[in-house]
Amino acid sequence: MLTIENLHAQVEGKTILKGIDLDVKAGEVHAIMGPNGSGKSTLASVVAGNEDYEVIKGKILLKGNDLADLDAESRAHEGIFLSFQYPVEIPGVSVTNFIKTAINANRKAQGLKDMPASELLKKIREKAKLLDIDSKFLSRSLNEGFSGGEKKRNEIFQMAMLEPAFAILDETDSGLDIDALKIVANGVNKLKGKDNAVVVITHYQRLLDYIVPDFVHVLFDGKIVKSGTKELAHELEAKGYDWIKELA
Amino acid sequence: MAYTEEELKKELETKEYEYGFYTDIESDTFPVGLNEDIIRKISHKKGEPDWMTEWRLDAYSYWSKMEEPEWANVQYKKPDLQAISYYSAPKQKPKYKNLDEVDPELLDTFNKLGISIEEQKKLSGVAVDIVVDSVSVATTFRETLAEKGIIFCSISEAIKDHPELVKKYIGTVIPPKDNYYAALNSAVFTDGSFCYIPKGVKCPMELSTYFRINQAGTGQFERTLVIADESSYVSYLEGCTAPSRDENQLHAAVVELIAMDDAEIKYSTVQNWYPGDKKGKGGVYNFVTKRGLCNTRSKISWTQVETGSAVTWKYPSCILKGDYSIGEFYSIAVTNNFQQADTGTKMIHLGNNTRSTIISKGISAGKSQNSYRGLVKVGPRAKNARNFSQCDSLLMGNNCGAHTFPYIEAKSNTAHVEHEATTSKIGEDQIFYCNQRGIDTEKAIALIVNGFSKEVLNKLPMEFAVEAQKLLEISLEGSVG
Repeated sequence: MLTIENLHAQVEGKTILKGIDLDVKAGEVHAIMGPNGSGKSTLASVVAGNEDYEVIKGKILLKGNDLADLDAESRAHEGIFLSFQYPVEIPGVSVTNFIKTAINANRKAQGLKDMPASELLKKIREKAKLLDIDSKFLSRSLNEGFSGGEKKRNEIFQMAMLEPAFAILDETDSGLDIDALKIVANGVNKLKGKDNAVVVITHYQRLLDYIVPDFVHVLFDGKIVKSGTKELAHELEAKGYDWIKELA
Repeated sequence: MAYTEEELKKELETKEYEYGFYTDIESDTFPVGLNEDIIRKISHKKGEPDWMTEWRLDAYSYWSKMEEPEWANVQYKKPDLQAISYYSAPKQKPKYKNLDEVDPELLDTFNKLGISIEEQKKLSGVAVDIVVDSVSVATTFRETLAEKGIIFCSISEAIKDHPELVKKYIGTVIPPKDNYYAALNSAVFTDGSFCYIPKGVKCPMELSTYFRINQAGTGQFERTLVIADESSYVSYLEGCTAPSRDENQLHAAVVELIAMDDAEIKYSTVQNWYPGDKKGKGGVYNFVTKRGLCNTRSKISWTQVETGSAVTWKYPSCILKGDYSIGEFYSIAVTNNFQQADTGTKMIHLGNNTRSTIISKGISAGKSQNSYRGLVKVGPRAKNARNFSQCDSLLMGNNCGAHTFPYIEAKSNTAHVEHEATTSKIGEDQIFYCNQRGIDTEKAIALIVNGFSKEVLNKLPMEFAVEAQKLLEISLEGSVG
């Protein structure tokens, strides 16, 4: 699904990613863990096509296609979704209106007409139910005055609506209490399928109790220094990151 | 693609005025210049009674002693008022009974603007009194309105057919000597609209007028008078577009509203005069005086979406004379390129328990300057007056300016006046967020701007809100920083 080869990237002249290799197949869930400043969010931004970051070497392939020449919205149209660590507020634009705009923009890119209102409403209801979202929430301004948990749930709601081929969840667990965490994780699990793939970026092992990864990678100083199965996450939880630094 | 400042600037500069076309209709135009003779000629041409001619001449004599005001936060070359022709009317004179009689080219013009009269008639139930270059060309639905006793016609017709009403009310809210441009308008106005809603009548449809400057070099001086008699209600829509012209065109309208006891007037404007080219050349000067008088328990709401004009100078105001009267002002003002807008409102609280609300949304892009100027005044005898003002500014790029000049004069210690103001910028993080969801940058800006303006857009009648949204998008395509 997504292949990253020897990826180097910099922001404002500072090299953050120093040679990442990653191969995520359809149907898989990968977790990327690592201490602060190791490059986890940068990796997410680079894959999503944020032009604040410059790829200086290596490439990213989605279903075998090089993404280098695609801007952020084209990558989205190709099926890349990023659940933001800090979702932005757009005052005056309701959650419903935003998702409608996004869905129709993606449909347009595929040469389809706008989704009929009735179909859209049905889908919204179905996905809202999946994530335990009530209808009042849908008419609120996007992320404005949302709690941390509401923001993250809204991200996963958008993912559910857009049904991306490849999703990166950037610290979706941060700021969530245990109930919200369960709802979000449950949502992700239900969306998981044999035709899509998910990369979960997280600081803590906690989320991985609910979203069980097939592979765990440890990122440190811009490189993946260790890969393993879910047991690696438990090991990190028990021993911290210090021993990882020695591997680098 | 994420936009750099440079790319944005370029894109902004290449945005052309979409409604910049010119209709070739033969016109009957006066020689340039202004003097008593010209005023007599205008009055004569329009077949006005003597009192009207005298009223104009009085206004002219005030005006000739006045100075053009300079206090607004705008800079422009003062128009040479002696180089303007003060009368221009399409040649095909007599009024049209139906659309078949209207010049097809004119209808084509309206179609280009997306204003299909037929559609307007059928779909929205809007009666349209279209003013093209100062003379009404088509008036519709008049009979339906007449059944309710509602008068909706051009001001010229009103002067002929309802002189008692015009004579009684014209200039009572905005006296000819009120200000330089109001005085000029009073002297030379060539047409405009008149509306009278009788006691207890709720006007069954939105009354709508589309204005348009059509002839090169003619200033347009519209005069509108709306009278809502006791316990009546009317919603009035005014929309403007102008063709692209090289020289500056002066627009100095006067709008007077009178709400009698328990009456309500909603006055909505979508203004899209030609704003000038990307270098700041040309464009309409829009120096407008709009004011409403509220009697006991009456209410006047001004809603405006201002996207056009090179220079705007406009303060739709309410005089809250009657006890328990209400004044509202909802405004979206968009400036791009070299546009300058100095706009806001005045809420004058004179009666007891009067209330006013001001919601102003300023959006600045390019090298434009956007100022809010508002006065909330509470007279010494006005008990328990309340005002709430909110002024929000949205900036795009680093070369534009947003300014707020709120004036508060509370002479009664029972007054309650609140003012809130915010300034924000469309962030690259907002754009990237939208891009990541598959929404392109233009659409993202439209979305953010519409969200920012929502409180005001919601105040517009439905069919007008759609048009206003379209205008916002056209005016701001590609602008972010």
